[in-house]
Amino acid sequence: MNAFLPFSIAVRALRRNKVRAILTVLGIIVGTAALIAVMAVGQGASTMIREQIESMGSNMVLVFPGSMRTSGANSGSGGKQSLSAADGDAIAAEIAGVEAVCPVIRGWAQIVHRNNNWRPNAQGVSPEYREIRAWPMLAGEFFQEADVRGSTRVCVLGTTVVQNLFVGVDPIGKVVRINNMPFRVVGVLAPKGTAAWGQDQDDTVLVPVTTMARVLQGSPFDSVSQLMIGVSTTESLPDVIADIEALLRQRHRVRTPADDDFTVMDLTEITEAVSSVSRLMTVLLSVIASISLLVGGIGIMNIMLVSVTERTREIGIRMAVGASPRDIMQQFLVEAFVLSALGAVVGVALGAGAAGIISHVNRWPVHVSAGSVGLSVMFAGLIGVFFGWYPSWRASRLNPIECLRYE
Amino acid sequence: MVGEAEIIMLISLENVCKKYRVGEVDIPALQDVTLEVARGEFLAIMGASGCGKSTLLNLLGCLDQPSSGRYRLDGAEVSGMTWSELARVRNTRIGFVFQSFNLLPRLTALENVELPLMYGPSLPAAARRKKALGLLERVGLADRVKHSPVQLSGGQQQRVAIARSLVNDPALILADEPTGNLDSHSGADIMALFHDLSAQGMTIVAVTHADDIARSARRIIRMRDGRVMPEEAERINHEDTKSTKRAHEG
Repeated sequence: MNAFLPFSIAVRALRRNKVRAILTVLGIIVGTAALIAVMAVGQGASTMIREQIESMGSNMVLVFPGSMRTSGANSGSGGKQSLSAADGDAIAAEIAGVEAVCPVIRGWAQIVHRNNNWRPNAQGVSPEYREIRAWPMLAGEFFQEADVRGSTRVCVLGTTVVQNLFVGVDPIGKVVRINNMPFRVVGVLAPKGTAAWGQDQDDTVLVPVTTMARVLQGSPFDSVSQLMIGVSTTESLPDVIADIEALLRQRHRVRTPADDDFTVMDLTEITEAVSSVSRLMTVLLSVIASISLLVGGIGIMNIMLVSVTERTREIGIRMAVGASPRDIMQQFLVEAFVLSALGAVVGVALGAGAAGIISHVNRWPVHVSAGSVGLSVMFAGLIGVFFGWYPSWRASRLNPIECLRYE
Repeated sequence: MVGEAEIIMLISLENVCKKYRVGEVDIPALQDVTLEVARGEFLAIMGASGCGKSTLLNLLGCLDQPSSGRYRLDGAEVSGMTWSELARVRNTRIGFVFQSFNLLPRLTALENVELPLMYGPSLPAAARRKKALGLLERVGLADRVKHSPVQLSGGQQQRVAIARSLVNDPALILADEPTGNLDSHSGADIMALFHDLSAQGMTIVAVTHADDIARSARRIIRMRDGRVMPEEAERINHEDTKSTKRAHEG
């Protein structure tokens, strides 16, 4: 039998009953569309989350001082003043794969400019901060190494702070008062948005780390709140973390990991956790969409059974002129396949359209990948063949004599 | 001698029985039928309804298998074949003409004639078309090739069916009451067609209860209660029953 013939027979049979064909594939169309849209939105969300986490600095390792116990009261993590800028210098100098180290001292800052005042997150950092966090400038410049050495009174503001302090005024070069001491604004950070944990990353003021210690806190610059370490590649993170731990144990004269007076953390755990949640959601929704596709398949089986009964006489005639059971089976299988494949194609178009609308309305990135299209079409085709199998088999097992007698 | 018979005889049935199981009991539809049909014969099978003639025709047409006995068609053992093998035999050796024409209503006359070729050994589309057109011309429907069956009269539909039955160059044409649904005029046309085919050497077996068809046939067998009655036609046969029958007629 000619290879294309079953397809032309199938198309003919479907064209004969267009309304019914359309109603039959509606289930497949809806199922495929749902699958495509869900996968597109899911993939878009994953991409968005990953980008967001990368915007915090994905190749970043944080070192916190360990907890401190004084007279029975545990100060909690970071309470001990065991981490120094010298530790940071040692890490930068001795550990391979470390690109930059930034000492960070968290502090308190009430900023005043004319009649406005605001209290953002205040951090004393070094110029490496901008590099590690991959944070571009909106205006002006970040402070320099010289500002750290000289403990100068300069600051860099996030956009949220600028919005609250400066109305219609360019903040660069202006003098603000931080905790009643004059600071010159040298730069504004580009907006970065909300972090994965909900914190507004733009509600921040950065000053040189030495200024934070000596000027704002009035203490010697001997300990830091944390060390922020930029690592060249994500792959090298585990090695770098192990090296940092070994180095700090040596420097702090700690013998066993249980006695560590510091904590090393990286963001891969957060990245993993968040993206695994979004992956899980996508899988879950895809499963639901697949179930609707399955229901569509049952619809196909239903109609194919009706169609076989309706065309009993046709089957008999075809058998009489020499169609083998295999030919008959093939005819109906191809019909089911063509039906579901057509449904899948329409469904893909609808699903992509729906994804586009979702993306437009919600301003979400949506990604219709070739993989998801291929997967959906293949799945729909399989469903068609799977559910077409039984009706086709029944057709092929019909007795030609009874078929010819069938009215 | 047996070898010689195989070569001459197109159809050879030996002690063929067919039983249908209805509920708990077996209903015998054919009992111990032994029949030989030579190439080029025009055989009419007659009998009252329910006598088993349709069952016999279905067996001859490889639409069914005997419960016991042997059936050889053109030297090939048909009894015991699988459904697929039977389909192949139907496709290449047999042409059917039915009482109710049995054309596919959605196809044109031409496509209906081409249908058997679709299931046969693959033939280029152009060759299929050419062959089908030639046959439609032969049955006098060259101007109706694009018509669908509903646009054709009964006689025309039956002529399309005859063209279809011939398209695979079969060894045997089986006709089941071919004029049963036609008026006498169209029926006569169809009979004339069968006559021509027979004259050209085609083997034809027709089931009928109409005497005019039987008259066109050169040999008639009558059936009753699933058995073939002794033959009436003038015919040399090596069956014992034959000579007694002829003596009776004489």
